[in-house]
Amino acid sequence: MNMDVVEAVKLALRTLGANRLRAFLTMIGISIGIGAVIALLAIGSGVQQYINDQFTSSGTNLLGIVPGRIQRGPGGGQNTFAPSSFLTMGDYRAVVAGTSNVEAHAADFTSVGNFAYESRTSQVQVSGVTPSFSRVRNWRAISGRFVEEADNNSRARVVVLGQTVVNDLFPEEDPLGKQVKINGLPFRVIGVMESKGSSFLGDQDAIAFVPLSTAQERLFQRQAQARTGERVLSTIYLQATSDAARPQIEATARDILRERHRLGPDDADDFSIISQTELLNTFGAVTSVLTLFLGAIAAISLLVGGIGIMNIMLVSVTERTREIGLRKAIGATPAAILGQFLIEAIVLSFIGGVFGIVLGVGIAFGVTRFVDFSAIVQPGAIILAVGFSVAVGLFFGIYPARRASKLNPIDALRFE
Amino acid sequence: MIEATVQSNRQATGLKNGKATPMPVIDVQDVTKIYKMGDIEVPALRGVTLQIYPGELVAIMGPSGSGKSTLMNILGCLDQPTSGTYKLDGVDVEKLNDNQLAEIRNRKIGFVFQSFNLLRRTSAIDNVEQPLIYAGVKARERHERARAALESVGLGNRLKHHSNELSGGQQQRVAIARALVTNPAIILADEPTGNLDSKSGAEIMCIFQRLNMEQGNTVIFVTHDPRIAAHTRRIIRISDGRIVGDEPVDDPVIACPDEPLPVM
Ligand SMILES: Nc1ncnc2c1ncn2[C@@H]1O[C@H](COP(=O)(O)OP(=O)(O)OP(=O)(O)O)[C@@H](O)[C@H]1O
Ligand SMILES: [Mg+2]
Repeated sequence: MNMDVVEAVKLALRTLGANRLRAFLTMIGISIGIGAVIALLAIGSGVQQYINDQFTSSGTNLLGIVPGRIQRGPGGGQNTFAPSSFLTMGDYRAVVAGTSNVEAHAADFTSVGNFAYESRTSQVQVSGVTPSFSRVRNWRAISGRFVEEADNNSRARVVVLGQTVVNDLFPEEDPLGKQVKINGLPFRVIGVMESKGSSFLGDQDAIAFVPLSTAQERLFQRQAQARTGERVLSTIYLQATSDAARPQIEATARDILRERHRLGPDDADDFSIISQTELLNTFGAVTSVLTLFLGAIAAISLLVGGIGIMNIMLVSVTERTREIGLRKAIGATPAAILGQFLIEAIVLSFIGGVFGIVLGVGIAFGVTRFVDFSAIVQPGAIILAVGFSVAVGLFFGIYPARRASKLNPIDALRFE
Repeated sequence: MIEATVQSNRQATGLKNGKATPMPVIDVQDVTKIYKMGDIEVPALRGVTLQIYPGELVAIMGPSGSGKSTLMNILGCLDQPTSGTYKLDGVDVEKLNDNQLAEIRNRKIGFVFQSFNLLRRTSAIDNVEQPLIYAGVKARERHERARAALESVGLGNRLKHHSNELSGGQQQRVAIARALVTNPAIILADEPTGNLDSKSGAEIMCIFQRLNMEQGNTVIFVTHDPRIAAHTRRIIRISDGRIVGDEPVDDPVIACPDEPLPVM
C-alpha cells in the first residue's frame, strides 16, 4: 500500500465528512448501545452495593439470637415460632457469661406502641434496649442522647425517637424535653435518632427506643413475661471481636441455650442465631435475580445498538460498493480499500464510543440522583460495551467493503 | 536453430526487417466477452483483434449494444475477457495480480466514464486528487497537480465546487482532469461527449487533441457522433461484437481555437 496511515486517516475523515448523516446515524447506534449498557450495569452495581451497605451498616460481626426457629424456604427466610419458646433475661446473662471474644452485647424487647403528643398520634415499633444497642447496631442519636445505664436501673420513662416519629408528632417543634404518651403512659423525649432512611427492609426510622427495663416492666408487662414470671427478650445481640471469632461464639451460645432450654439431642433448636453472612446469603438470591435482569436488558440494548449499526452499514452498501468500484478503477489496491474502511469504522467507533461512555455515565448518575444510592461505573462494563459495539461496527463496516474490494471494478460500479 | 532464436528475439523487441517499428501499446488478440445472465449467455464481443500504437488518437464507433463499452472496460483493465489475450505495453494482463492491476489503472491508464462517476458531496479538486492519493503523492504536490489538471480543462475557477453544483459538461471535465492528473500514457473515454452539447463536445476534443499532440498520450474514445470522430486520425467501427471497419482519417478537424490554451 502506497498510502501512509496519516493519509488514510485524512481520507477516512474526508469521506465521513462527505457523508455526515450516515456517519452520525452509525455513531448514534454505537453510542446508544454503549451508553445503555454502561448505565444499566452502573445502576445494577449501585443497587448491589447499596444492599450490601444496608447489612454492614447494621453493625459488623454481629450475631443476633431470636426466639423460635427460622425455617428456610426456597425464597428466603420465614419465621415460624415454636409454641412457648422464649429468650429470657437469664438466657441473656448466661450467654454473655459463657462466651468469649465478645466485644459488645445488647438486648431488646420490641413491640408496638401508640404515641400521642397533643392532638397528633402515631403508631410505631417500640424497642426497649440496653445502652449498648446503639453501639452494636451502629446507630446513634443525632440530638440529645441515647438510653443510658441509669435509665435502665431506674426504669425511667424516657424515650429516644426515630425520625419518622419526630416527623409525625413534631412537624414544627423541637421534640427534646417534650412529654409524649406511649400507650397512655407519659414519657420524656431525651433524644432523636439519626435517620437510616427506608430500604427494602421498610421504613427503618419508624421506631422509638426506651430503656429495656421500662419496656419489660412498665410498658409491656404482660407481653414481656414468660410463664415462669421471668422477663423475656426479642433479640440478643453479640458482637464478635473479629470475623474469625464468630463461629465459636455461635457454637458456644447454641450449647448454652440448648442446655438452658432442656433440649434433648434429637430436639431442634427453639431459637435462631442469625449472622450477617446468613442475611446476605438470603438476599443474595434477590440481588442475583436483579443482576440477571439488568444483564438481560443490557444484552438487548447491545443487540439493538448492534442492529442499528448493522442497518446503516448495510443500507449504504450499494453506494459504498459503487464508491469502491470507482476507487479500484482509479488505482486503489484491495489493501488500500480495506484500510480506508477499517479506519472509517475505527474513527466512528472511537467517537461513538467516547460519546456512549459519557452518555452512559451521565444517565447512570442522572437517574441515581433521585434515589438513595449512587451508580458505580465499573471498568469491566465499559470494556464490555465498547468492545462489543466496536466489534459490530468493525464487522459490518469491513465485511461489505471486503466483499466489494474483491469484485471487478466494473461489477462494483454497476452494483445495485 | 540460431536463425530461429534471432527471429523470435526480433519479434519480441518489435524489430521487423532490421528496422525499428514501435511495439503496440494495446494488443488485443481474438478477445471474446460473454455475459451470463442466469442461463442465458449474452455474447458482447465475438472475437476482437486490434493493435493501437503509442501516440494514436482513435475513435471507436458502432451502434448501441455493439460492445463498445465492453471493449473499453477490458482495455481499461476494469473487466476481464472471457477468452483471448490482451497485452498492455507487451504485458499479458491476465497474468497480473490485483495489486499490479491497481498500479496499472493508477499510473498507466486514465479512464473517463460515460456517467462521470464522481464522488458525491466532494469538491472538484478533492475528486481529482483521489488517484494521486493511491499513487502515494504528498498532499502539497497532490493539490498543485490537481489544480493544474483542472485548469487545463478550463475549470480553474471551480476547484471547490461539489459535483452537484457543476453542469454535465463541467462534471465530465472534472472526470477528464481526474483521468489525466496521474499523467497516464493512455486515456480511455467511453462516450465522453455523449451527454454534452456540441460546444462542450468541441472543448473536450480540444483537450484530447492537445494531450495527444503536445504530450504524445494515446487517446481512445467511444462516440456515436461522426463529427466528433472526425477529430481523430483513426476510426474503428464495431458491430455486433466484431470489428467491421478500421480506417484512417485523412484530414482531422482541429478543435482548439487559435489562441494558445493554458499548458498543464
Ligand atoms: N453486465 C452485463 N450483463 C449482461 N449483459 C450485458 C452487460 N453489459 C452489457 N451487456 C450486453 O452486452 C452487449 C454489449 O453492451 P455494451 O454496453 O458493450 O454496448 P455499447 O456498444 O457500449 O452500447 P451503447 O452505445 O448503448 O453504450 C449488449 O447487448 C448488452 O446488453
Ligand atoms: Mg456503452
